[in-house]
Amino acid sequence: MEIDKVRFDEESMPTAEGWSPSTRVSPVSDYLRNTDKTEAELNRSVILTTVDKVLNQGRGRSFWPLTCGLACCAIEMMASGGARFDLARFGYEVFRPSPRHADLLIIAGTITKKMAPLLKRIYEEMPEPKYVIAMGNCAVSGGPFAGSYSVVNGGDTFLPVDVYLPGCPPRPEALFDACLKLKDRVVDQSVVERER
Amino acid sequence: MSIYDKQGRYETPEAQTLEELQAQQEALAHLEGNNDPSQPYVVNMGPQHPSTHGVFRARLTMNGEKVVACENVCGYLHRGIEKLCEDKTWSQVIPYTDRLDYLSPILNEWGYCMAVEELLGVEVPERGEYVRVILGELQRICHHLVYLASMALDFNGYTAWMYMFREREKIFDILEAYSGSRMNNNALRIGGAPTPLPEGLEAKIIKWLDEFPEAMRDFENVVNGNEIFIARAKDVGIIDAEMCKNYGIYGANLRAAGVKLDLRKDKPYSVYDRFDFEVPVGKQGDSLDRYLVRHEEMAESAKIIRQALEQMPKEGPTMGKVPKMIKVPAGSAYAQIEGGMGWLGYYVVSDGGMKPYRVRIHAPSMMSVFALPDLVAESDMFMQDFVAALASVDIVLGEVDR
Repeated sequence: MEIDKVRFDEESMPTAEGWSPSTRVSPVSDYLRNTDKTEAELNRSVILTTVDKVLNQGRGRSFWPLTCGLACCAIEMMASGGARFDLARFGYEVFRPSPRHADLLIIAGTITKKMAPLLKRIYEEMPEPKYVIAMGNCAVSGGPFAGSYSVVNGGDTFLPVDVYLPGCPPRPEALFDACLKLKDRVVDQSVVERER
Repeated sequence: MSIYDKQGRYETPEAQTLEELQAQQEALAHLEGNNDPSQPYVVNMGPQHPSTHGVFRARLTMNGEKVVACENVCGYLHRGIEKLCEDKTWSQVIPYTDRLDYLSPILNEWGYCMAVEELLGVEVPERGEYVRVILGELQRICHHLVYLASMALDFNGYTAWMYMFREREKIFDILEAYSGSRMNNNALRIGGAPTPLPEGLEAKIIKWLDEFPEAMRDFENVVNGNEIFIARAKDVGIIDAEMCKNYGIYGANLRAAGVKLDLRKDKPYSVYDRFDFEVPVGKQGDSLDRYLVRHEEMAESAKIIRQALEQMPKEGPTMGKVPKMIKVPAGSAYAQIEGGMGWLGYYVVSDGGMKPYRVRIHAPSMMSVFALPDLVAESDMFMQDFVAALASVDIVLGEVDR
């Protein structure tokens, strides 16, 4: 296109009927293309990106976890939302009771054989995109109850676990770390690719 | 003829014609004693529900907003702890008892250790007993704080929850200084306590005790005088002394019904006979009484801790004479203590080996859960009243299902 040849003048202003986007370029963009100063300003203040990346930044910084406490770890999950630790500093404090509002499933506790199908159903009820943190040794591998006749050996036997968080129960700081690790995973696609 | 079977399930054959349907609805209205043609329906509360305190599931039969019948569905946290204990050595069982009632781990350990000590014939040194009392009472306050906080949260009292969890963190600092972990401490041993209180911890506890009354006043201001809280909790879910007797409910729930029965006072174990403390009782055993009794108990526990710190011997061992590899003579023993929720009993059987033959746990909150269907059947409850009753009977599913 011969952009430089187009100039703004009164006579060639199109009428409402005859206007089409291809007929002319606005004077503003013309100005922008020709000035070094504005180019520097543009480099400073405008980021060219994809919609995916913008969405990922948002997702990674505001998980809505599900209040799905199964056992002891649930109490530490509650404590991490409390006054001293304050999960809200990172933007993850919006605990939702309904799986339809949540996008992060924190498996906080022992998964028994009776509970596993329900947990799977809860996971399936959550809207995409959704993530899973296996909190505590029980959810990672069965922990101290591995080998019991009624306990499932870890959440990854039936759910796609994103972050494993060992501890019995893990401290609230450890839960923060797990959430931030998940944030890195969500925000930076290359991290995910490298891991895979 | 009742339209419900014994579990409260609604059973009527599906109407084939319009006349049949009308006849059914009229019969139903007649049974209900009103002209409301609404049909009962079933609501599943749990296992994933914010106010079931874990993975308890109540199958509620509702008629409009009224709860007509309740069916308990337990076992979502059945981890087989009693069976797992049979495959562990006597000392290795202690961490498993932590995970029963995970709000008061040290009290659980204490009960188990007492049962094994009885079987072993080991005497716990005086200093060890005092360490146990101090840690145990701190843990009891911890337990009650979570109870009060989660009950307040069920009544939408988010501020109260914040205050109480903040206070709990301060106790956790103390317990962490002793045992190295915040929850599930594994703090006690068979034969006593592993170490005396570390240097500086006593001063820390006293500092916390001085601050605690201020925190108690905060709780009172936020919750106890709150009109909405009282309106929702008063005269709701009354478990009276007779019902407690029928179901075997002990502890704070029984004391809320007006019966002054506390194992620490009436059958003192450890060194509880040396302390001066009151046993708070309620009037009629409704949700509000159950809340207030536990609120008062925290102050009494604080009193006990202060006295124990004063009386505790500064010298001497904390552990009794227990061999490194514990081999318990054949026999059985039962020990019970006043746990966070009631009488917590451990029945241990030994066949003379390195591992227990059987560890049977009498869980106090299980009795409270079993009383719920009867409670619903007897009283005229709305849905929100059921939430209030469930929050106030204090259940921990780790202990109910084991």
